Amino acid sequence: MSDTFLTTLMPQLASGAAHTHALGFVYEGVNGDRVRLRTPWRPDLVGDPQTDVFAGGLVTAMLDHVGGLAVWTKLGRYEPIATLDLRIDYMRPARPRVDLLSEARCYRATRTIGFVRAWAFEDDPADPVAAAQATYVISSDGGRGAGANLKPREDRA
Amino acid sequence: MTLLLDTIPYARFLGLRSEQDGDVLTVTMPFADHLVGNPMLPALHGGSTAALLELTAVAQVALVWPRLRLPRPITVTTAYLRSGKPRDVHARARISRAGRRVAHVLAEAWQEDPAQPIASLTAHFSMDEHDS
Repeated sequence: MSDTFLTTLMPQLASGAAHTHALGFVYEGVNGDRVRLRTPWRPDLVGDPQTDVFAGGLVTAMLDHVGGLAVWTKLGRYEPIATLDLRIDYMRPARPRVDLLSEARCYRATRTIGFVRAWAFEDDPADPVAAAQATYVISSDGGRGAGANLKPREDRA
Repeated sequence: MTLLLDTIPYARFLGLRSEQDGDVLTVTMPFADHLVGNPMLPALHGGSTAALLELTAVAQVALVWPRLRLPRPITVTTAYLRSGKPRDVHARARISRAGRRVAHVLAEAWQEDPAQPIASLTAHFSMDEHDS
């Protein structure tokens, strides 16, 4: 995996799109095949105003996204991918007004599918708020040529 | 019910609006630039659509089975069926079972045609007033 991929492209992929930027995702780096993302706590991302805890939807968005980063980490390059299926188990409430971290690992990638496990936690991955199991479709067939990722895909648009 | 979603900061972040017809809610997420996850296609971020589905499920459960606390997710599974185009998304949820402690909900999100959903959700929510 090239240094440029990890230092330049991955931070872009982590928070460069409008939604991920609006949610305030922060790229925390790669360690082996594990990749981490942080969401700084913000009052507008709360799911229940009585608790000041992040919305389930925010946890979902972050786990969906960090799982995609794990697929790219596994591939060592950018390919167009799309989430196929995402299951999230919520083990306990997140702590109020605290940043949430997520970590994901793509433990298997076939030519077309990436299989991912991911966790969300405040500071200890062994004490997760939520755990995810997800699969991603990898569109590597048309994605190998230079600039192929910049072309809109008519069949998916 | 618009009132409930209006009190949830994340629903306001997504710009959700809802209409109630009898006991059935239809929630709309009007297209906005900050919902886009892939600027190349462009396509909505899967997280936007999943959050719409989850909040639709929460609002539907809270409408039919009002409790002091909002239903909290236990397991949530989202299947992504079609790429979300840069347009409004609508969602509706159906409660398969609501017990004293747990409710099971199915929800679907669509754009032009309800028969062509872009994502579906199946979830269990905790209805318990006392768990932490």
